[in-house]
Amino acid sequence: MTAPVESQPTESLSRRLPPVAELTVASLVLVVVGGIFMASYFPRRPPLAVPISLFIASGILVVVGMVMLSQVHDFAWQTFTLVGRWALLAYVLQAGMIEYAFVRNHASGAPLVVVTLLLLLFAVDPPLIISFTVARYQST
Amino acid sequence: MTDQAQVIPASGPAIGMEAPPRPQVVPVKGLPIVAILVVALVICIAEDWRWGLDFFHVAGGALWTSIDLFVGLAIGPILGRLSIPARAEFSARFMPKMVLIMPTVVLLTLAAGFQLALKLHNLDASSPNHTWLLASFVIVGVMAVIALGVLEPANIAVLFEMRKPQPNGEIIGKLMRRFVYTAGILGVMQIATVVIMTRVATQ
Repeated sequence: MTAPVESQPTESLSRRLPPVAELTVASLVLVVVGGIFMASYFPRRPPLAVPISLFIASGILVVVGMVMLSQVHDFAWQTFTLVGRWALLAYVLQAGMIEYAFVRNHASGAPLVVVTLLLLLFAVDPPLIISFTVARYQST
Repeated sequence: MTDQAQVIPASGPAIGMEAPPRPQVVPVKGLPIVAILVVALVICIAEDWRWGLDFFHVAGGALWTSIDLFVGLAIGPILGRLSIPARAEFSARFMPKMVLIMPTVVLLTLAAGFQLALKLHNLDASSPNHTWLLASFVIVGVMAVIALGVLEPANIAVLFEMRKPQPNGEIIGKLMRRFVYTAGILGVMQIATVVIMTRVATQ
């Protein structure tokens, strides 16, 4: 309660890191657009070319972000992993709930596979953004 | 909103600022309540129980909208005008609750709402509500990206910063500014949601 807030120079604020959060947010945007597209047709069978393209583009953005992040030295990987693990658990549960809603309403076949793939990225994107945002301000 | 940006120092850590209480990132005591609510929601969906679905969608939606409006348009601007120590102390107590409440409320509202829309055939292309629901999907999608991509990461990063023995006022200020702006945007977008949902309910 009485410890003064740090007065040392804020290196973590001026440090340049790859645009992992920006890439992952862009990936999340594509996933959300794909999800809206699928949901807007449900319970009819939607055309799958658009959501599959969105999934591929979204996946590429996440992979590029992760590759860029893996090349960063002096990063708080321990914090990144700790936060990412718990956030992933929370978002896997959320994605599972959405998947359940589709399965419960008789989604099947290729549309269900596409929904599942989009939900997979939905479960990965926010934990990646959260853990990166937290870890970038932590000391290694 | 412009005022808030002016009040928060753009640079320079808050030297000599008193550290706020060390916050718990996720209030563990609340997790059983979340689990009970989610299990109840699963049962309602599995049984297609109209009352339960209505309850979760209406009560969850009312909470979600009210909290977003209140935080975005009332708490946010007040928070933006507080000193960084006061803001940090408020956040240390406020943000852990938001970490638990908001994802739960959003999950309950959306899952129950989707099931209701299917049950009431509002998603059918022939339904007069179809276009309105698509509009609400788009709004919720934009809100989801803002909340999951910007607001929540900033919220959790603030909590981690405040758990340090010597929290950095500049980092807290920067992240809180992000929180205040995005909360304001979400609050305004909730007005559009209310307009759409009242239209759907009366059509």
